Amino acid sequence: MNERNRTFAKGGGLVVLLVLAVLFPQVFTNPSVTSYGVLALIFATAAVAWHIFSGNSGYISLGQAVFYGSGAYTMGIAARDWNLQGTSVFELIPLCGAVGAAIAVPFGLIALRVRRHTFIVITIAIFFIFQLMAFNFWFTGGSSGLGSPFLSWAPIPYNRNFYYIALACTAGSVLIAWLVGRSRFGLQLRAIRDDEDRARGLGVKAMRVKLSAFVISGAITAMIGAVWFYYIEQVQPQTGFNPLFDLTLVLMVFLGGFGSVSGAVLGALIIEPLTLWMNTQPAFSGSISEVIIGAIFLLVVLFMPRGIIPTSGEFIKKLRTRGRPAVVPATTIGAASSAPSVSSGGAR
Amino acid sequence: MAREITQAIIDGILLGGVYALMAVGLTLIFGVLDIINIAQGILVILGSYLAYSLFTKAGIDPFLALLITIPAMFILGVVVHWAFISRLRGGERTSMTLLVTYAVALIIEGILFKVYGADNVQISPSYVNSTVHIFNFYIGWIYIWGFILAVVLVVAIYALLYRTRYGRSVRAIMQDETAARLVGISVNRVAAITFGLGVAVTAVGGVVYGSTNAFNANAGYDLISRLLSIVILGGMGSVGGALGASVFMLTVESVVTIWQPTWAVAVYYAALVIVLLVRPQGLFGRKAVRAQ
Repeated sequence: MNERNRTFAKGGGLVVLLVLAVLFPQVFTNPSVTSYGVLALIFATAAVAWHIFSGNSGYISLGQAVFYGSGAYTMGIAARDWNLQGTSVFELIPLCGAVGAAIAVPFGLIALRVRRHTFIVITIAIFFIFQLMAFNFWFTGGSSGLGSPFLSWAPIPYNRNFYYIALACTAGSVLIAWLVGRSRFGLQLRAIRDDEDRARGLGVKAMRVKLSAFVISGAITAMIGAVWFYYIEQVQPQTGFNPLFDLTLVLMVFLGGFGSVSGAVLGALIIEPLTLWMNTQPAFSGSISEVIIGAIFLLVVLFMPRGIIPTSGEFIKKLRTRGRPAVVPATTIGAASSAPSVSSGGAR
Repeated sequence: MAREITQAIIDGILLGGVYALMAVGLTLIFGVLDIINIAQGILVILGSYLAYSLFTKAGIDPFLALLITIPAMFILGVVVHWAFISRLRGGERTSMTLLVTYAVALIIEGILFKVYGADNVQISPSYVNSTVHIFNFYIGWIYIWGFILAVVLVVAIYALLYRTRYGRSVRAIMQDETAARLVGISVNRVAAITFGLGVAVTAVGGVVYGSTNAFNANAGYDLISRLLSIVILGGMGSVGGALGASVFMLTVESVVTIWQPTWAVAVYYAALVIVLLVRPQGLFGRKAVRAQ
C-alpha cells in the first residue's frame, strides 16, 4: 500500500515537474531567461547520458566531449556540404546520433579494456586526439570552426522552440535512462560497477554490456551536441571539444547524486544556470565565477559527500522516523529482508 | 636529416627529464593515495607564477627561488590533503578525489587569472636564451639545468622511497593499505607528506616550464593531460616508469615535430593508446591485483 502511494506520489511529482517545465517559456518569454533554460536542459541531457554509462557502470568517462563535439561538427559539416537550410537541418540529428554511436564502438573497444584510473586517462587521451583532429583536418574549418546554417526565427520563438527541442531531448534521455536502470541490462551494468570480475563469473558478458551502454550514451551526447551547435550557431575546436565539458558533467552528477537519474538532472539544472548567471554579473566577472563554483563544490563534497538527492533523502527519512530507528514489524521481516537489495539496485 | 633527428632526440630527452619530475609527483600521489590529482597541472603553473613574481618583483633568480617555492608548495599540498582529501571516505572515494582536486584546480586557476590576467608571460632571466655548443648541437642551458635538477631530484625521491623508513611505509601502503595500518603505519600522516612531496616537485617543474614556455593559467589543462598520460604509460606508482615514459613520450613528440608539427601531440596520445592496448598495466607497472 505504502509502496503504491509512493509510486503515485513519484508519478504525480513527475507530471507536475513536466507541466512546469512546459509552461516555463510561456511564463518567462524574455530570451535571456529562456536561453538559461535551453542550455540547462542541454546539459541535463548530456549529464543523463553520462549517467547511463558512467553512473551505472562506475567507469568514469572524461571523453564524452568527443561525442558532443562530433555531433556538433557532423551537423555543421553535413549542413554545409549538402546545403541544408532552416528547419530541415533538424533532420540531421539522427545522423549525428549514428555518428556518435559509430565513434563509440572503436573508442569503447579500446578504452573499455582497462579499468579505473587508466580508463579515465585513456578517455582524456582520445578526447585530445579528437580536439586536435578538429583543429587540423581540412574539412573542419580549423581553429575558427564552423558556423551554422541560417535559421529565420525571431529571438522569442527561437529560444522557445529550442527550449522545447531540448526539453524533448531531456525527457527522451531520462526515459531511456529509466528503462536502462530497471532492465536486466541495467542490473548487469551495476553488477559490473560493484565487482566486475564477480559479474563476469556470474555470466555477465561484461565487454558487450559496457560497450552497449557506452554506445547509447555516446549517441545521445552526439545528438544533444548537434542541438547545442544549432542553438549557439557556431562551434570551434575548443568549445565543441572542451576539456571542461566532461569535468562539468561529473561535477553536476556528483552534486545531484552519483548513480541516480534525478541527481544528474538536478545537478545540471543547478550548475548551468548558476554559471551562466555569474558570467553576466560584473561582480563575478571571468575567473571569480570559477573560484565560486570550485568553492561550492568543495563544500558539497565535505558536507554532502553523496550529493543532494541521496543526502536529502536520508534527511527526510530521519525527520519521518524522528530519529528513532525504523522498526520493521515482525510480520514483514521476510519481505523486508529482500527489500534492501531491490532498493539498492533500483532506486540508487 | 640525421642531424635534425639527433637534435630532436636530445631535446626530447632533456625536456623529458623535466616532465619526469612533475610526473613523479603525480605517480607518488597516485600510488600511495590511489587518487588522480587533476590539480597537478595548475600547480605547476602556480609554481611558474611564483617564480615569475619573485623574479620580476624581488629580482630573485628563479632557480634560487626554489628554496622558497618548494617549501611553500609542500605546505600547500599538506594543507589541501588535510582539509579536503583526508576527509573523503566510502566507495566512490576515487571519483570524489578527482572532483576535489578539480575544484582545487578551478580555484587556483581563477585566482591566477584574477591576479595575473590572461596574457602570456615567461620567466626570462638573462641566461634563458643562452646555448651551449656540443658536437655541433645547440642546447639551451636552461634545458640542461632543468634536466640535471630533475635527475637529481628524481634520484633523491628514489632514495627516499627505497632507503628510508618513510619510503618503506610508502611502499607498504602501496602494496596493501589495510595491512600497513595493521602494522602501525600512520597512513594519514604518510599520505599527507606524500601529497606534499608530490606537490612540492611541481615548483621545480614550474620554473623550468615557465622559463621555456610562455604560459598563462590555461596551460594547466594541457600539462595535466600530458602528465596523466605519462604516469599511466609508465605504470602507476612507478618512479622509474614515470622517468622512462616521459623521456619516451617527449622524444616521440619532438621527433615527430620535424615532419608534422601539427600532429605531434596526437602521435603522443596515440602512442599511449597503442601501448596500453598491448600492456594495459603500462610499461613498467605491476599487473593490477583484483580490486575489491
